[in-house]
Formats: sequence, C-alpha cells, structure tokens
Amino acid sequence: MDFLFASIVDGLLLGFVYGIAAMGLTLIWGVMNVINLAHGPIIALGMFGVYLIFTMLGLNPYIGIVLVAVLGLLLGMLIYYVAVHRVINAPHLSTLLATFSINMIIIGLGTAVFSASPRNVDFSLGSITLGPITLLGSRVVAAIASMLITGGLYAFLYKTRQGRYIRAVANNRDAAELMGVPSTQILALSFGLGTMLAAVAGALIATFFPFTILAGGVYELKSFVIGVLGGLGNPVGALFGGLILGVLEGIIPTFMPTTWVPVLEFVLFVLILLVRPQGIFGAKK
Amino acid sequence: MKRPFTFLLVLLLTMGVLLTACGSSDTPAEEPAAPTADAPAEEPAVAEEPMAEEVTLTIGFTASQTGNQNVSSTRQINGLNLWMNDVNNAGGMTLSDGTIVKFASVTYDDESNTDRVQELYTRLATEDNADYLISPYSSGLTAAAAVIAEQYGKVMITTGAASDSAYKQGLTRAYQAYTPASRYLTGAVDMLASLDPDVKKLAFVYENSKFSTDVVEAAKDYAEGMGYEIVLYEGYDPETTDFGPFINKIEDAAPDAILGGGHFQDGSTFARQIDEKNVDVKFFTLLVAPPEPDFADLGQAAVGVIGPSQWEPLAAFTPESAAEAGLAWFGLLGDEFVTGYEAAYDGEEPSYHSAGGYAAGLILQKAIEDADSVDPDAVRAVLENMDLLTFYGRIKFDTSAEAHGLQVGHSMVYIQWQEDADGNLVKQVVWPPEGATAETLYPKP
Repeated sequence: MDFLFASIVDGLLLGFVYGIAAMGLTLIWGVMNVINLAHGPIIALGMFGVYLIFTMLGLNPYIGIVLVAVLGLLLGMLIYYVAVHRVINAPHLSTLLATFSINMIIIGLGTAVFSASPRNVDFSLGSITLGPITLLGSRVVAAIASMLITGGLYAFLYKTRQGRYIRAVANNRDAAELMGVPSTQILALSFGLGTMLAAVAGALIATFFPFTILAGGVYELKSFVIGVLGGLGNPVGALFGGLILGVLEGIIPTFMPTTWVPVLEFVLFVLILLVRPQGIFGAKK
Repeated sequence: MKRPFTFLLVLLLTMGVLLTACGSSDTPAEEPAAPTADAPAEEPAVAEEPMAEEVTLTIGFTASQTGNQNVSSTRQINGLNLWMNDVNNAGGMTLSDGTIVKFASVTYDDESNTDRVQELYTRLATEDNADYLISPYSSGLTAAAAVIAEQYGKVMITTGAASDSAYKQGLTRAYQAYTPASRYLTGAVDMLASLDPDVKKLAFVYENSKFSTDVVEAAKDYAEGMGYEIVLYEGYDPETTDFGPFINKIEDAAPDAILGGGHFQDGSTFARQIDEKNVDVKFFTLLVAPPEPDFADLGQAAVGVIGPSQWEPLAAFTPESAAEAGLAWFGLLGDEFVTGYEAAYDGEEPSYHSAGGYAAGLILQKAIEDADSVDPDAVRAVLENMDLLTFYGRIKFDTSAEAHGLQVGHSMVYIQWQEDADGNLVKQVVWPPEGATAETLYPKP
C-alpha cells in the first residue's frame, strides 16, 4: 500500500494548485455572479507568461510568477472594462457570451502566436525521497505558494479597505454604492484578482507540467467541480475543494483504471449539487 | 447571492463541448474557410485529355492548423508542399505523350476534428473536384477521411496515420505510407530481448487513442508470445497531465521496461515525470514524442528515452541500397530532402512527419510516372504493384482483400536520446543493428 500513500501525498500537493485555480473562478462568481469562461485560457496565459519570462529573459520562474501575477491583475481589469462591465447587469447568458468571446480571442491569438506546440519550463528543484514517497521540489513549492496566496487573499479581503469593499459589493451592490463604495472599480478589481489567481495557478502548473495554449481547459473544468465542492463564492472552500479533488485523483487510480477519474469526479459534482448545493463548506452568501 | 445551481449543471455539460471545441473534437460544423494555399485558378484539366500540353492535378487534403494535432500536421504539410514545389519548380512531370503534369493543392483547416474532416473531404471530392487526396494527420482523422475517399472513388495516399484497423474495413483506394501500428513497437521488444535476455517484466502505459491502442495491443501480444510478463497494462486519457498515479503504480509493479505513450504532449509529460520521480527502469520506449526534435527541450529527462520513428535524417537509403535489395529507386536522397526542407522552412529540422508528407507526394508522383497517365484507375493499378525504395524507405502495399492498402514494405527505426562528448543531447539510431549509429544506452540512466 506504499503507492496508495504516495498517491495521496501527490494528490494533496497538486490539490493546492487546483484550489488556487478554482479560487479565481469562485471569487469572480461570488462577487459579481459572472461565470468566467475565459478562465481556462487565462490559466494557459499564466503558463506562457512564466515560460516566456524564463526562456526569453532568463529569470527564475518563481520570480516570473510575481510578474505574471501583476500582469494577470491588469489583464483581468482590462477584460472587465472591455467585455464584462457593459453586460454586468444583463442576464447570465450575456456575461457567458462575453467571457466566452474572450476565451476564443485568447485561444485564437495564442494558437497563431505559439501554435499548439507543447512547451516546457526546463527548471527543476530536484526531489526528496522519504520512504515510499518522492516529493518533487516544484510541487512542494507550488503547494506552499498556494497556501501563502490563500492567506494573502484572506487577509486582503478581511483586513483591508479594498477587501471590505469587495465583500460589501458581493453582499449587496446597491447598498454598497449608496454607502459610497465605487462599485465599478471594485468589480474591476475583483475580476482582476480572479484573473490573477488563474494566471498564477497556470504559472505554478507550468513549473511541473508541459503545456500548450489549449491546456487551460482541463483546469477550467476542474475549477467548476472544485467550486461546487467548496461552495461557489467561497475562496477558502475552493482550496479545500481542490485538496479533495487532488486526493481523489491520487487514490482512484490505485483501485481502478484512471479513465474512471473524471467519471467519478463528475458523479460527485452532481451529487453535491443535488444533496448539498451550497457546497461542502457552505457558499458565501 | 443567487443559487442557480441547476443552471450551473447545464452550463458545465455545455462547457465540455465548448472547451473541447478549442482542442480536439466535436466542433459544430460551420462553413469552411476559404482554401488556404495554391488553389488552382481554373478547373483542373481532366485525365481524359492526353493531347493537352499541360495538366494541373488538384491534390486535396486538410491540415490541422488548429487543435491538438497542429504541430505534427504542420510538419507533414510542410513536407508535402515541399514535394509539390520541387516537382512544379522542376517544370512538372512529362509523360510519354508530351503532357506536362503539374500539381496544385486545395486545403482547409480541419481543426484536428473528425467531424470537420468528413465535411471537408466531402467538399474536396465534390465541390473542389480534387483529382487525388492526401490524408490528414493522425489515424483517427485519416480513418474518417478514407471513408469519404472511398465513397467518392478518390485515390488517397495516407500519411501520418499508422493505425491498421482502417485498412481492414474493405477500403480499396487508400494506400498507407507509414509502417502500420501493429509493427510500431514490436521492434522495441526485439531490441530489449537482444539487449538483456534476463528482462522479463514489462509495463504498457498508453494513451487511450485509436493509434496507441492498436500499437500496444499488437506489441503486448508479441511480447507475451516471447515469454514476457505484462505487470501493468493501462491506458490514460489523451488530456492527462499528471502521471503521478501511473508512476506510483509502475513503481509498485516494478517492471524492467516501460513501453507506451501516445502522442507528443502526453509522451513528453510522461517522460519528464518519470525522470522527476527517479523511476528505476532499465528501458523506456514511447511512441511519437521522442523522435520529435522538440523532445530535447526536456533536457536530462530525455536521456535514454527510446522512440520508434518512421524516418530519421540519419537513415541512409540510397540507390545503391535499393540495387542491393533488388528494388527500384525513386526520388531524391535523404540529405537532399533535409537540405531542401531546412532551406524552405527557416532551418527547421524535418521530423518523420515532414518526411512522411514528402513521401506521400513521391508515391503519387511515381505512380503517375509509371502509369504514364493521370487517369486514377491507371494510377491505382500501379500503386497495387508498387515496390520501391525512396529516401523514406521501402514502399509496398498489401493488395489482399483483408488489409488492402496496408503498408507492408516500410519498417521503423528506433532512436534514443543520448549525450555527446560535449554533453549536448543528440538523437542516435539504435535499432535495427544494421542502421544503428550508436550503441544503445542500457540500462537507462
């Protein structure tokens, strides 16, 4: 059973990064009720961001992640003002179409510029073997970074004025506006933060998996499952949802063929929707 | 906050379709884009005009300009276009009656999508009146295209498609340039037996795709026939990025050798993670990915990895070797192909996909030349009896009703990534022994 234990540890480490990816999606949903269908391509852009910084500027990829975070924040705010703001009060279909358009633009431009050729950040932090477990340095760092980001986001939302504004807008936008909260800027900031989290998740994933411009789609789907597991709109729940998904992906293949993993994941997704639609950890209301 | 979870469920199901539309499958059909290259300005002359001074034959094919087959498909099309340019720039082919035959292409982006391929090949056969067809890249897409070619009575040279099964469904007009999947990894099993007769335990970990499944099923049967024990035999989804669970299973099963893989992305990911986890395995062979020049981007993780290749620049097929084998020689030398390709595509080294694209054109050219006609039936009759050697290797087709068009002449070579004296990664041909350029690095470091 050594390999079961090793699989759980692998799954946990990966689950932290899944959690960060889902956190971006769930934050945007929680604040403005927008399903961001550009989430996957933004994850892919985060991957390419760190790749280009590493290969063209020769910078350490972990420094590159900081730059990717800043660029992700700015890109998210730009997307909000260009594509989302005008339809923010329209029915859900409008925001879906707006963000899906961004999805197609990024994929189209990305394919034209980068092709669908796989890329690889050839940077290794080595590994440590502890009994049956081999811990990869890049995954350990990614897990630690994910915990720090979660803590930072929590502190931002609960300890800063901007964070309180975001929570106020999420709870009741009209009331927040009446209290003088600049809701448009706060919504843009929220979208930027969600985008930043997606881009950072992509950047972290790029440090241990090869990727293409199409690679974000898989993580977008996982983010939806995680969002429901943890409770849509609940960033900390997203992290725990990510851990649950990661562990499931680790242990399911030890009992049955790996092709069953997505089947069981989506069965769980449907069950949660039916039995506990607010998510295991309760949705932020 | 609202709770539109039912809405979200519907959305998620829709998402699967939408997102894969960006990748590989199920894109809703829409009006195809305009032909992208060298479409003939006028209707091509028909085969029944022997007195015409110049005939331009339309070659129809699709390219995966988008989607997950983009890289290999692009190289294949580059090879095909190079062949076409070479023939046209040389003034075309001249038949015995003085007719000059030139080629033009009509091509569309198939988006790496099977439905799209069926739609576009129908269009190529009916609206564009293509005289001959070349397959798209990949076995799945080619199987779809070959059915259309058969339906409309078009001769199709298939390349970039190794799966055997398409040729066992009664097709009569598809001719395969690649060594079929059933012989892709059997040479690796032979190589392993030669390197280390004590090895007994094999693991097959492979992509769940038509091509890869065909390959490993044949290799598994072959290995079992040689007395090997298969300690792990499991497929993975083409979108797999985390091979951790497989690697943990592999370590638990403790095989001596791993064989499998699928295509470039999953194969390179698998190789990297095998290296990161320090998996103790003596022999590691993957499909498709290792022969690609970009595989070297993996750095140290590439060292020792073996891969079957349809063709390598190092392969030395020459008119002399053709004479020794009692075969007819046709076309340019391998060096000439490499030089021409690098000159045409900004110094890019050709992969076997590129060579396969060029070879598909050569096969058609040779068939027209020997038929001394552009009539498809005459060309087809020549293809039935073709047995020749080119820079790409031997070409001969199965003409039995059971597997018509299956490639029976061509053989794989096996490459391994090794470090040269300066520590640079280089590809070496390690099997078969008569074509080897270096000793196999065994066991894998």
